Amino acid sequence: MDAALLEVREVTKRFPGVLANDKVSMSLESGEIVALLGENGAGKSTLMNVVYGLLSPDGGELYYEGHPVKVRSPRHAIDLGIGMVHQHFMLVEPLTVTENIVLGNEPTKIAGVIDFSTARKAVAEISKRYGLAVDPDAVIRDLSVGMQQRVEILKALYRGAKILILDEPTAVLTPQEVRELFKVVRSLVDEGLAVVFITHKLEEVMAVADRVVVMRDGRVVGEARPSETDMAGLARMMVGRDVVFRVEKKPSVRGETILEVDGLEVLDERRLEAVRGMSFDVCAGEVVALAGVSGNGQTELVEALTGLRRPAAGSVRLSGKDITHASARQSIEAGVSHVPEDRHRRGMVLEFDLAENMILGDHRLEPFSRHGVMKPTEIARVTEERVAAYDVRTPSIRVLGGALSGGNQQKLVLARELGRDPKLLIAAQPTRGLDVGAIEFVHQQILAERDSGKGVLLVSLELEEVQGLADRILVVYEGRIVKEFAAGEASDEDLGLYMTGGGGDKFAESTEVSVKGLGT
Amino acid sequence: MERAGKASVTHRLYGLLEQIAPPLVSVVIALAISSLIIWVVGYDPVRAFSALFDGAFGGPRQIGETMLRSTPLIFTGLAVAYGFRAGLFNIGAEGQLFMGGLVAAWLGVALAGLPTMVIVPIILVAGAAAGMAWAFIPALLKARVGAHEVITTMMFTFIARYIVSWLVTGPLKAPGQIPQTVQLPAESMLPKFTDILPELGTGRAHLGFVVGIALAVVVWWVLKHTTLGYEARAVGFNPWASETGGISVSLTTVKSLCLSGALAATAGVTEVIGLHGRLFDQFSAGFGFTGIAVALLARNNPLAVIMTAMLFGALSAGSGTMQLQADVPSKVVFIIQGLVVFLVAAQQLAVWLLRPFKARGGVENA
Repeated sequence: MDAALLEVREVTKRFPGVLANDKVSMSLESGEIVALLGENGAGKSTLMNVVYGLLSPDGGELYYEGHPVKVRSPRHAIDLGIGMVHQHFMLVEPLTVTENIVLGNEPTKIAGVIDFSTARKAVAEISKRYGLAVDPDAVIRDLSVGMQQRVEILKALYRGAKILILDEPTAVLTPQEVRELFKVVRSLVDEGLAVVFITHKLEEVMAVADRVVVMRDGRVVGEARPSETDMAGLARMMVGRDVVFRVEKKPSVRGETILEVDGLEVLDERRLEAVRGMSFDVCAGEVVALAGVSGNGQTELVEALTGLRRPAAGSVRLSGKDITHASARQSIEAGVSHVPEDRHRRGMVLEFDLAENMILGDHRLEPFSRHGVMKPTEIARVTEERVAAYDVRTPSIRVLGGALSGGNQQKLVLARELGRDPKLLIAAQPTRGLDVGAIEFVHQQILAERDSGKGVLLVSLELEEVQGLADRILVVYEGRIVKEFAAGEASDEDLGLYMTGGGGDKFAESTEVSVKGLGT
Repeated sequence: MERAGKASVTHRLYGLLEQIAPPLVSVVIALAISSLIIWVVGYDPVRAFSALFDGAFGGPRQIGETMLRSTPLIFTGLAVAYGFRAGLFNIGAEGQLFMGGLVAAWLGVALAGLPTMVIVPIILVAGAAAGMAWAFIPALLKARVGAHEVITTMMFTFIARYIVSWLVTGPLKAPGQIPQTVQLPAESMLPKFTDILPELGTGRAHLGFVVGIALAVVVWWVLKHTTLGYEARAVGFNPWASETGGISVSLTTVKSLCLSGALAATAGVTEVIGLHGRLFDQFSAGFGFTGIAVALLARNNPLAVIMTAMLFGALSAGSGTMQLQADVPSKVVFIIQGLVVFLVAAQQLAVWLLRPFKARGGVENA
């Protein structure tokens, strides 16, 4: 009678060499949001993939509305009423919203002709009922990431989902979109749905969940109501030790100027002005943070500073030396290290092993090579050293970069970029997609770099990160620096206001423009 | 520590198996299907294949013939493999091969009178340089304006073939009816094994085979142990990360395609100064194209190219014996070759084409 909507009993799932789920039990009721919290690799996604029929468990049972079920496939899960929105959207980009939503369940007229007017009506109805406004005729690839996610949710609802599993839904969203998503999720459970929210972000759990199930190393290690616990308690459960949220920071000892940027203008791919005359400097021993919503010229700025993009005007000087038109190689050799925002695309070669990745950018220099011939023993020695120093968890340095977890990949990139002892570190979203343990480590490294007298330029979308690390904060909006704050001078709200074009003389424009740019 | 060591050994063994298994399976399936075809058409597949094997490895002369026919395939296989490693599909190895052959035929006459020890190395280097030059224009087009090398190197193959065709029927034609250049003097020729040790009895096999094996080792070493090879592989895997690491993608593209062209041209050189002693229209039996199959089957591993080139060489060498002894038309060998290529290509081309997608989507979920 009072059987839970979904009950997972002692589910075990083994992968070669890993026990991904070890007798995991949890339950889910209609009308509640359960957050499934855990670090990357804790087994959250595995568990939900079992529920969704993507993986078959090695042991344990699932009960759906009190009856034992074996979910054979995603198709079967959907028929049961279980929907899942994956991190990577499964949408057909050239098709419209309506076409995507009905795909696989198209209402047809005679002879298999799709009845688009019925389809459009059905989509409009669902979107109205759950308050998920979306243009049914828009083409997917023109939509922002937040909108695409909305389409994914509608797709699940269209198929009659009673349970909605969201796998790290906020990873790709802006703060505004996150807030919107939370509202949507809330309205879904008000309509009687049950939502499982997979995440490793504590603030989200506190903000949205009715109940939180914490996983670590493939086991459920605790369960709580956010109202009865706090972030520190959840973090301790999740990581298994105390976590320092705000990194202890010594006062900044400012030295000579390292980076001088003057009137810099940079064009983007479409030859539009992305950076519209930025001037700032970064001194030795300080962290300067560039805060802003994604798509306001940060990417182009960083590319211009690291020799990946030619500036259209202005100048860049490193320790007094002009590097405005330096190539990426000259930039590295001049002492600029770069932790790129996209690890997989720019940060590392996934098909290279750790040693090969460790020397990328320094491979032409001693001790890694001489006269074009590589020195494998030196490369291996330095890699071993750095892998140990930066706590990259790996069975061997011959493992491919792509086999590491996100956190370990980022440690590898840091080990390489900091290991070459640069003058300036440019870190673009260095903690994106990382779990708390790894974030803590990255933050400590950045501050250690500062304390050893390097200049650090941090580009981040996370206000908490900006506030926690920066000695000075530059707020960027539409390719310009619209405001400068000293550390501790601005509240999150102040920053948010300037980041979205408010605060100063530029009130009129909404955030529409900048949010659009996020999809790329 | 020890556990980690063990893990990496099994890891490596598994990796090796993973590399060897698919091409091996392709070859076995190809042989099985060919047997079926031979049987259906009314011949005895066991006799056919034992004759084929006899013709390829049955004695010193047969082994020599296999080596002879493998030689150009080693070079073109290496050429295509090197290109693939740098993310380039050098489909125009055939054209570079023609330019190599042309230079060899010209220098072989022009330098006549000098000792072999001097002429042959000069021809090898100059021929390779010609292939390099021939690949340079497509490479430059790719680096500068992004023109796809599959189109440009292919077009350059046509140009090379027609230039050679015109030269051997016109300006460079030897007196007589047949459109071909004059016979090279003996001192311009790459020695045969039997020239050095007559008792080997290896027939027409020449030192080009040794050059091929040496080059395979060199290419392997370059890829693994030099910054040139490191940068080529980095760009082949991920041009954006390479760029971020200060590697010039366009320069690496130019270097890699030129090197590939040099390797391909060497096939043309050794065919001219090792086997034919002259240049004519049909001096290459599509070695540049077979090289693509050789490289794919070897999974672009330079050392494995030696083996796969020899497989194709053996098939070619044994086909005549198969016809003689088992009465199976030698053309059946083309069916076998075609099947091997098809099965390998179906799998490898798919892998190659899917590679960018895999890199983007696959790993993040892991």
